[in-house]
Amino acid sequence: MEHEFQLFPEQASSYAAKLDWLYYSLVGVAVFFTFLICVLILTFAIKYRRGSRASRGNPSNGNLKLEFTWALIPFVIMMISFGWGTRLFMEINRPPADAIDMYVVAKQWMWKCQNQNGKGEINELHVPVETPIRVTLISEDVIHSFFVPAFRVKQDVLPGRYTSIWFRPTKPGTYHLFCAEYCGTSHAAMRGKIVVMERHEYAAWLEREGTTPASVQGRLLFERFKCGDCHGGDASDDGPMLSGLFRRTETMRDGERLEPDLGYVRQSILEPQARVVAGYQPVMPAFQLSEEQIFQLVAYLETLSAQTLKSNTLPEELSR
Amino acid sequence: MITLGRKPHNYLNANYSPWSWLFSTDHKRVAILYLISITLFFFVGGATAVLFRLELMTPRGDLVISETYNKLFTMHGIIMVFFFLIPSIPAVLGNFLIPMMIGARDLAFPKLNLLSWYIYSIGGVFTIAALVSGGVDTGWTFYTPYSSTYSNTAVMTAALGIFITGFSSILTGLNFMVTTHTMRAPGMHWFRLPLFVWSNYATSLIMILGTPVLAISLLLVAVERFFRMGIFDPKLGGDPLLFQHLFWFYSHPAVYIMILPGMGVISEVITCFARKRVFGYEFIAFSSLAIAVLGFLVWGHHMFVSGQSMYAGMVFSFISMLVAVPSAIKVFNWTATLYKGSITLQTPMLYALGFIGLFTMGGLTGVFLATLAVDVQVHDTYFVVAHFHYIMVGGMVMAYLGGIHFWWPKMTGRLYPEWWGRVSAAMIFFGFNLTFYPQFILGYLGMPRRYHTYPEEFQVLNVMSSAGASLLGVGYLIPLGYLLWSLRYGRAAGDNPWRAKGLEWTTTSPPPTENFHVTPVVTEEAYAYSAEESEAEYQRQVEEFARGEETLEESRREL
Amino acid sequence: MTTSDSLYLAHHFDDREQQREAMTLGMWVFLVTEIMFFGGMFLAYAVYRWRFPEGFAEGSKHLDMILGTVNTGLLLVSSFTVALAVHAAQSSRGKAVAWLFGITILFGLAFLGIKGYEYWHKFHEHLVPGPHFRLLDPHNPQVDSRQVEIFLSLYFAMTGLHAIHMMIGIGVFVVMIVLAWRGRFSSEHYAPVEVVGLYWHFVDIVWVFLYPLLYLI
Repeated sequence: MEHEFQLFPEQASSYAAKLDWLYYSLVGVAVFFTFLICVLILTFAIKYRRGSRASRGNPSNGNLKLEFTWALIPFVIMMISFGWGTRLFMEINRPPADAIDMYVVAKQWMWKCQNQNGKGEINELHVPVETPIRVTLISEDVIHSFFVPAFRVKQDVLPGRYTSIWFRPTKPGTYHLFCAEYCGTSHAAMRGKIVVMERHEYAAWLEREGTTPASVQGRLLFERFKCGDCHGGDASDDGPMLSGLFRRTETMRDGERLEPDLGYVRQSILEPQARVVAGYQPVMPAFQLSEEQIFQLVAYLETLSAQTLKSNTLPEELSR
Repeated sequence: MITLGRKPHNYLNANYSPWSWLFSTDHKRVAILYLISITLFFFVGGATAVLFRLELMTPRGDLVISETYNKLFTMHGIIMVFFFLIPSIPAVLGNFLIPMMIGARDLAFPKLNLLSWYIYSIGGVFTIAALVSGGVDTGWTFYTPYSSTYSNTAVMTAALGIFITGFSSILTGLNFMVTTHTMRAPGMHWFRLPLFVWSNYATSLIMILGTPVLAISLLLVAVERFFRMGIFDPKLGGDPLLFQHLFWFYSHPAVYIMILPGMGVISEVITCFARKRVFGYEFIAFSSLAIAVLGFLVWGHHMFVSGQSMYAGMVFSFISMLVAVPSAIKVFNWTATLYKGSITLQTPMLYALGFIGLFTMGGLTGVFLATLAVDVQVHDTYFVVAHFHYIMVGGMVMAYLGGIHFWWPKMTGRLYPEWWGRVSAAMIFFGFNLTFYPQFILGYLGMPRRYHTYPEEFQVLNVMSSAGASLLGVGYLIPLGYLLWSLRYGRAAGDNPWRAKGLEWTTTSPPPTENFHVTPVVTEEAYAYSAEESEAEYQRQVEEFARGEETLEESRREL
Repeated sequence: MTTSDSLYLAHHFDDREQQREAMTLGMWVFLVTEIMFFGGMFLAYAVYRWRFPEGFAEGSKHLDMILGTVNTGLLLVSSFTVALAVHAAQSSRGKAVAWLFGITILFGLAFLGIKGYEYWHKFHEHLVPGPHFRLLDPHNPQVDSRQVEIFLSLYFAMTGLHAIHMMIGIGVFVVMIVLAWRGRFSSEHYAPVEVVGLYWHFVDIVWVFLYPLLYLI
């Protein structure tokens, strides 16, 4: 974070430079047309001031060709801007497959960040440089908005529903994280830092700060609440098997087909009766887990391969 | 106003008792009632702005605490949007002028018109009550679930105030619409209507279709707060985005309520001071309607990063882009109107030309916001703040002031002091740009709006903005002073000091209660100006003046 | 302009035709805003019904379909008496207008009475949304009571808003009866009766939509 005066925001993600191209092109268009109009107004105001000797014969009250011209030119520019902006928008809405997951819970007035394979942080998020990062967001109370100007990304954080955002930092440093959606009294104090580190520094940092990875904490929760008793994968179980959950398509009792995702898992924990998989009875009780605990559980579920839970072996990368 | 009694018979001297004002159904008197009340609200809203701009001089938030700051910007938004901008041109100038411009004796429903002022005032009382009883801190947008569940300020009172005021603008819109349809003088067919009437017609369309939706969404917020229902709060099963959809379905078209009437004023002023027929009449007229209709289809562009689907974003982005076309048509047509004109730069014209420049900038920065990827960066930052102030203040307030100066002689029979008028117009123009231009830069740098404190690197631009705001504040006080002064000491204006066309200028100033001594019959198109005639007359005047000088010289020599 | 022409003609209108046209158009425009007003509620209803079909089905079962049907009948009949009143005004039968409006008011009050009874009943069954809300004997035991609460919130908001419109209508009818009794309406001058009739028909039509959406799921 630099404290000196600046006119242009820093470019600290792979996407920032791409957006700046579009932005400065639009600035060019805006400046051109503003000057055009101002110059025309001033020229006419001077040339045709009352008493000037300019010719005023054959005044015209309309010209169809002109009208269509100055309707068409803005239209073409708008369409270019639309296409360009939409292409970039799709890019930031589609995270690459190899993105690392981070989880962020927003509440009045702080950011609780959960590194997938490291510690939980408050108002800080450490990330490695040149790595695509996908941040999954949820709010505990009102609407917030996750905004990192140096990366040119912003996403509202909603209560009760997941949203996500991704970026690939290109420059080590510390950048502002702002809450951009007004969220009450200390809205302006809901600021954090995104710390981008060289990869080896990041690895060292993880080592140094090394607490239990989210997935391991999730596994502890999984065992504490005895999820495996019903969701273990036996034919006699009361609930569907959870391993490989995110790779299947499930049919619900009412015939709806869905690919289970984070939102579905969250709903199934908090309101188990809402959407029950076909072939099972709605017998699961509701569990009042916090948003962070749900994130940890999901992190654990994601590490499960298709193997059954009954074998009770930890996935290899976690059994260190 | 005592000296106004010289004219035997006009709407001002018809009766002097306060009751004759408070119970007057004369559209001109109702317009004056509105003028007084919105001026009051304008300065209350302005004062809150001055306070938080002072606060933002330093990054630390040391003038007021964050609760106070949040209440200040909320009140600024609520008052300026609902109690100043929306009624400004329609309820003051529209009320005063529409019947006169179409050759009618009054609006179709005069009692309803007076009622709408009372409704407006009652709504205003509620809102002021909310302000006095501790304030509201939700922002003028009332986003749920903050407003419906979490805020513990006077949300109900403020929402009720806005709900009530909504009905006043519905009634105004209804009145204008019916009046334009049924009350036109003989010969005044649709394409002879002044463009001011067209733009107010388009505005009425929005008021009628949009305001009820806002009313119902605020009602639902109030109901949810009161009964703890779960319509917008996900904890109770509701959906917070539904509120945003309902809110912006009204409030985006409402943005066009806050600019379309201004465009109407500009068409009147430019033609008069350029002595030219307006260029492309039909295109300007229909672009107003196009803007009004398109305005209902673009609300989702406020929600690109809200979590609505990517494809919804694309559709809304595309339609939003289309709004640029009618807006561009208007700007180019006004500019083309100047061509081969006979131009003088009195105060209303200065405001009108300033309007075109600032509206162009406001409109072009709107393109940034309609462009999906750019909006992701600038959404809810100072860029948005700057953009809509260029439209609402640079556009609408400039047009409103231009209109007030233009029709002041008609309304009061007095001329304002021209020199002061020009000075304050220039001051407002520069003050405005100094206030809001730096905010574009701040926005792209990433400073979010509604921030009480901010990182230090943003301070320089914020100080510039605050400095501009103080200049702007003074700029607004000057007209208040000299316009009041002119009521008593201003030169008598005569019926038509600008030699303007349009039916409102054919009657006496101030007009009689029934507007016209004889019902006018319209035989010519709107804006039957001729630059060549104007020049010829000017030459005659110059020659006469020269002859006068000569005779003066001669008589001196003879002496 | 003869004296009889200027009778009840407001000063700013040129002739009675213009006045009638303005009043009728004014009412239609007003009804358009009313449609938008109710439209917001119908939108909220549509969104939540699509999202919580079970909750809405459950909630609907807690409404009294018989009373709802009776009320629909009452309103339809009252719309008929209003239509008769407009016809009576057109043929200059002022007393008949007054009587027919009187009957309409009775039907309207009966409707409101039944509505009030339904509200009272809901209150006793703890079905009024808010902190005291309880879903005591659900037909479908698996239904989420919060969904039912949303349904009932919308029920109260929509029918409440509709009832307010009816009360306004009844108030206007009272004024109209006085005017009609004094012989203010004739075949020359019946626009106010016509316009008020339009309003009442609109209120009726809103109910015709509310009834199946709320009672007959």
